[in-house]
Amino acid sequence: MIEYYLSLLVRAVFIENMALVFFLGMCTFIAISKKIETSMGLGIAVVVVLTITVPVNNLLYQYLLADGALAWAGLPDVDLSFLGFLSYIGVIAAIVQILEMFLDKYVPALYNALGVFLPLITVNCAILGASLFMVNRDYNFAESVVYGFGSGLGWAIAIVVLAGIREKMKYSDVPRGLRGLGITFITVGLMSLGFMSFGGISL
Amino acid sequence: MSEPNYNKDSMKNILVVSLLVCFACSVVVSSAAVFLKPQRVANKDLDRNKNILEAAGLYDKQSGQIVDIAAEFEKFETRVVDLQEKRVLSDLEASDLGIEARTYDQRKAAKDPAISKALETRDDIASISRRARYSVLYLLRKDGDIKTIVLPVHGYGLWSTLYGFIALEGDMNTVSGITFYEHGETAGLGGEVDNPAWKAQWSGKTIYNDGGVALKVIKGFARAESAKFNYQVDGLSGATLTSRGVENLVSYWMGDDGFGPILDGFRG
Amino acid sequence: MSTKEVLLNPLFVNNPIGLQILGICSALAVTTKMSVALVMCIALTLVTAFSNLFISMIRNRIPSSIRIIVQMTIIASLVIVVDQVLGAVAYDISKQLSVFVGLIITNCIVMGRAEAFAMQNPPGLSFLDGIGNGLGYSVVLMLVATIREFFGSGSLFGYEILPLVTNGGWYSPMGLMLLPPSAFFIIGLLIWALRAWKTEQVEEPEYEIGGHTALSKG
Repeated sequence: MIEYYLSLLVRAVFIENMALVFFLGMCTFIAISKKIETSMGLGIAVVVVLTITVPVNNLLYQYLLADGALAWAGLPDVDLSFLGFLSYIGVIAAIVQILEMFLDKYVPALYNALGVFLPLITVNCAILGASLFMVNRDYNFAESVVYGFGSGLGWAIAIVVLAGIREKMKYSDVPRGLRGLGITFITVGLMSLGFMSFGGISL
Repeated sequence: MSEPNYNKDSMKNILVVSLLVCFACSVVVSSAAVFLKPQRVANKDLDRNKNILEAAGLYDKQSGQIVDIAAEFEKFETRVVDLQEKRVLSDLEASDLGIEARTYDQRKAAKDPAISKALETRDDIASISRRARYSVLYLLRKDGDIKTIVLPVHGYGLWSTLYGFIALEGDMNTVSGITFYEHGETAGLGGEVDNPAWKAQWSGKTIYNDGGVALKVIKGFARAESAKFNYQVDGLSGATLTSRGVENLVSYWMGDDGFGPILDGFRG
Repeated sequence: MSTKEVLLNPLFVNNPIGLQILGICSALAVTTKMSVALVMCIALTLVTAFSNLFISMIRNRIPSSIRIIVQMTIIASLVIVVDQVLGAVAYDISKQLSVFVGLIITNCIVMGRAEAFAMQNPPGLSFLDGIGNGLGYSVVLMLVATIREFFGSGSLFGYEILPLVTNGGWYSPMGLMLLPPSAFFIIGLLIWALRAWKTEQVEEPEYEIGGHTALSKG
């Protein structure tokens, strides 16, 4: 049992890394990764949001939207899965908003540190993507928690590593046309290649 | 159009706009969903039936021959089987259990603890973790005898779980075809499970020997002179783990925990 | 801005992927096959254009407190409709696109243009802006897809151009092209090419070496 969840976690963090294998959350990934500190802040925010939203969306899907999910309300023939996209993004926006308000009131230091990132997270494709993959693969609640945490962790690791590399590259002599955006893409490509080496792991 | 002093941030406006937007969007989305659902369901069925026919060798995607999928599929008999009790269920028993063969989702059932079981590591040859209790198989009869039997199989390769169908001839031993309709293996390497040339060599291979599964996916090329030729399928070059995955899933599903006992039942 | 500028700027001068850094996620994921990429381009262009249109039509009425949510609702609804239509009309391709159709909702291009353009401009122009940005996105996507499919599978739109070794031919396909990293490399190189052509897009170095030092220019 533990093995199964551990393997799911490892797969979500390394083998099916949200940023480097599925390319989710790229826009903020590339835009924010100039400094390690800001990247770490964003990474942590992503982990927290994913760990909360994927299980919540799972419950929403299981008990409200899936085909036959409304059986407990006496409506077993209803299939609301087409409302999925709207519901998941709504839940994500709501949870991010609530998280923001919660942090502002109870942990103001963290709130100030994260600053503008929290609203940015709502439109981060990685957040919606994780929920969509969860539905696609029919995870149950426990799997959703593990998967949400794992995919967030994977994304966070990827962005912090990229920030580290970019900070070092500030002092490199990059060709004019590749400066900034171009060399970042190539770096991420190499990182992605590196992460493929995790493919042979089987727990 | 806008009245003077129109305050778009007033409470009233917030409510009006939100309600109107919600209503308009709901109508559009729901109409699209309801109107297009029959076609989507039909497409899904068609897709699955196409795969079953392909495994049975009755439909060739490459040649692009025009085949009336629905009509060809009608000729198949669909049966629900109980893998735990190792027998075929009658139509009455299947409907009592609430299982409709056409819509039964084995993948989903495998997660439902009531109708599935977790596999011990040593039994889980195909690395699928859980096995649903019920499955659906497809029979094509000719003059009352079974000519082809198509079985759903799945197992883990390198990156993903491969889902496919394997078709056997009436002797329940000779393979007539295999096809994988879903997998996420490396394109060009493990992904070559989709290569028609590779799939074609499965035709005529035999699965069982001395009561056990003897079919192996070997490294390199199977030599026609070898005594084991009929039990060997060429591996995929550069795709050891995917090849191993395929061998394992055939081994599992043709074995005692899979369809083995049921095939024995048909044979005897 | 003139209509022509609105429509054509996003192609090379202000390309959403190449300069604005928007919409990258799907550019990387769906470009192994040209047919899949083409469907994605069409889907995105339509969603951007129509969401721009609808949002622009009600832009003076949307309260600022629920602005983002209203935009998202409209975008999400359009995407659901597109997804339903794809499932009914092009089932095979919709299976290959799988979750990426849904991800059009969070595609930065759609949201970005809604905020940056549709909220401040009239409907007609906004619709064209949507089409323009959709085209800019499509140009990059189709270019990447062409390179990846041609070198990775030896085919274009599914038609075999270079006979593969596994099919009895001579071309040993470049497997890397079908794997995720190649998309990053290709886009990086495309940006290099674009900036060699339009040098005003080159980024300034983050610092200059001080004067009168060993490596300085002065």
